[in-house]
Amino acid sequence: MAFLDRTARSLLLSELVSGLGLTLRAFFKPKVTINYPYEKGPISPRFKGEHALRRYPNGEERCIACKLCEAVCPAQAITIEAEPRDDGSRRTTRYDIDMTKCIYCGLCEEACPVDAIVEGPNFEFATETREELFYNKDKLLANGDRWEPEIARRLELDAPYR
Amino acid sequence: MVKVVVDGIEVDVPPGSNVLQACEAAGKEVPRFCYHERLSVAGNCRMCLVEIEKAPPKPFASCAYPVNEGMVVHTDTKMVRDARRGVMEFLLINHPLDCPICDQGGECDLQDQAVGYGSDVSRYEENKRAVKDKYLGPLVKTVMTRCIHCTRCIRFSAEIAGTSEMGATARGETMEVGTYVEKALTSELSGNLIDICPVGALTSKPYAFVARPWELKKTDSIDVFDALGANIRIDARGPEVLRVLPRVNDDVNEEWLGDKSRFAIDGLKRRRLDTPWVRRNGKLEKASWADAFGAIAEKLHGLPGEKIGAVVGDLVDAEAILALKDLMGALGSENLDCRQDGAQVDRSRRDFYCFNSGVVGIEEADALLIIGSNPRRESPVLNARIKKRANLGGFPVAAIGATADLTYPCTWIGIGPETLTSLRTGSNAFADVLKNAKKPMIILGSSALARDDGAAVLAAAWALAASVGALSQEWHGFNVLQQAASRVGALDLGFVPGANGKGLGQMLGGEVDLLWLLGADELDTAKIGASTFVVYQGHHGDRGAARADVILPGAAYTEKNATYVNTEGRAQRGFAAIFPPGEARVDWRILRAFSEQIGRTLPYNDLDQLRAHLEAAHPAFGRIDAAPRFGCSDLTGPSGNPDAVSAVKFAATVANYYQTDPISRASATMQACTDTYVRPVAQAAE
Repeated sequence: MAFLDRTARSLLLSELVSGLGLTLRAFFKPKVTINYPYEKGPISPRFKGEHALRRYPNGEERCIACKLCEAVCPAQAITIEAEPRDDGSRRTTRYDIDMTKCIYCGLCEEACPVDAIVEGPNFEFATETREELFYNKDKLLANGDRWEPEIARRLELDAPYR
Repeated sequence: MVKVVVDGIEVDVPPGSNVLQACEAAGKEVPRFCYHERLSVAGNCRMCLVEIEKAPPKPFASCAYPVNEGMVVHTDTKMVRDARRGVMEFLLINHPLDCPICDQGGECDLQDQAVGYGSDVSRYEENKRAVKDKYLGPLVKTVMTRCIHCTRCIRFSAEIAGTSEMGATARGETMEVGTYVEKALTSELSGNLIDICPVGALTSKPYAFVARPWELKKTDSIDVFDALGANIRIDARGPEVLRVLPRVNDDVNEEWLGDKSRFAIDGLKRRRLDTPWVRRNGKLEKASWADAFGAIAEKLHGLPGEKIGAVVGDLVDAEAILALKDLMGALGSENLDCRQDGAQVDRSRRDFYCFNSGVVGIEEADALLIIGSNPRRESPVLNARIKKRANLGGFPVAAIGATADLTYPCTWIGIGPETLTSLRTGSNAFADVLKNAKKPMIILGSSALARDDGAAVLAAAWALAASVGALSQEWHGFNVLQQAASRVGALDLGFVPGANGKGLGQMLGGEVDLLWLLGADELDTAKIGASTFVVYQGHHGDRGAARADVILPGAAYTEKNATYVNTEGRAQRGFAAIFPPGEARVDWRILRAFSEQIGRTLPYNDLDQLRAHLEAAHPAFGRIDAAPRFGCSDLTGPSGNPDAVSAVKFAATVANYYQTDPISRASATMQACTDTYVRPVAQAAE
């Protein structure tokens, strides 16, 4: 009997038909793919993307060189050097993140007492060379300036859960 | 001994101890801010509260409560915990929560104890007080808002530094700590204020915002800026030494460190020799090691031993001294000298050039005579030990030489060595003080030996010590206070002219054709004969390097595993914290490599073998960190004639404490100190 069953199934192409049936069902389902890069999926306010250094509304940089992010970074991707600025305040002279080392864990953001270093919503920062991924302070501050509205919105949305 | 029970643990403590010491003896941690073992008890922070049974039912400040026989102490009851939490809350009322920008962050007593004993939330919503920052000079930075009024700095300045410059004005919430009149702290120990401040109110100015404690690699080492050999910890990050802190060693420096030793380290990054140089056609040009060695070997070729000389400088380690001595021996030269100042010594016995009482011995002495020395400038930490003894009273101190403020009461009984004669004959009143003392002590400055009659001064001081009973089986009261970290080690190793050798003066006077300067910068290079070929081996481009024909870049004290012998004769070892810059190499390795080049290979291939040779050369190198104190059984004096002293008065020593060697001369911080303290800017008349 089993032999007859198998033979009948092969001759009637039942597996092929059931496979095509699955394809047909998917054909009528709503599409999950999007037309990236023209369309993008939604991301959570907690999304951990490219880093940015933020400023206060008056333009003063937030980072005070406390080095807590450097200390907490599990990948040791952050390098900070600091000295007193001319007005005596504590500021970094160097703030580097090696984005090739970074594991995007977000601990730097958690550690920051002044919300200076944040991981913004940007995930499209692929580069042609490795060197371009060694971010310095200028790059991070420029990121902050560019993304500030979205970063601020994102922090605001996440604030109730912190 | 008094028996005390702390949390069920029975301990015996000496009578007169306080409860906090008893708790520590039992291994119980008691939080504290104002209490410091080496300062008087203030009892004003109230953090060290404990509960004592069969006493009024209240928490006691353990630092200010003496122990009684059979006392039962509890350090961890509900009452104690609540009391400490309350005290911590009060302390934090006015303490700003600016830990992220505070340099003390990570090594702050208040931070640690707030975590350990404080509450986790703040209930304080009113305004915090703010205090204007004070100016305390180029070394200490203040953020007075952070001050918790523990008064440690005030007590330090009065009791240890002896300058009584810090104080508190007003009281209660308006109390402010500072100098009463705005001025730079004049103490050479002001850097220690940074260490004893339990919060971030007093921090290091040159180190401001530079690094966090957790970034630093810590290496134990020995200080070379004076002959005391203070134990230090070098904190480095990557290739840079960022700060130097004292290590506790009760036998040497307790836990203090002089400002030069602490702050001159920025000089290690400036004016460094990081590649060999060779003078060609009158101009120094960069060269390779092979070229530099070749140039020296060429000059050495056919040169008889008596035409070769070597001088070691003040910061050189014993390993390099021995290697250079052996190299010179291999070349047949006896022209060695380690005394750039021209001090006359008798190295037949160690007693004649060491600080025989030991630094600890100062605390046992009951009368002191200082001859031609200013210990405050020559070794501020040793001076603090004298100050500590003077604080206890019953310690008459007299000095001969140029007057100076030594921070403790001192009678100036003469200006020249003839006073030694009058003391010995008994015509000076202080002779009786010394004679009546049980343990009289004489400190002879090494600059008193660097005179034409140096040998006579040495003999006269020894004769005086012998005549007043400072030399006995139990007590050795004759002390020479050296100024150079390398000196005792070099004398131990016999780096002095041999039987037919030439001394420094002859070597400079053109009697040698090749002069090897190992870190020697304090001699007058203008005196070196024009035809003398000078090899300078060292780490800084200073006076010696400027005159050199070949420069061999060596390692500074932070860059080598090295042994130093301090003025007591205590051999101590430091470890390398960082690597020498560029092409520079450890000094003994340079000498070993050169010896191989000229075919007279020195008999050691690694540090262990070299140290075995050191130990064979002098037993002191076999007992690292130990300085056994011997009494004096042989009263025979040094070779000089005690009556041959001249009438020339003792000159003031160490004109500028802040710049005495190539490292501190290259240091911007030390330059700032020099500008502030040594050459004060003329004040406008008001």
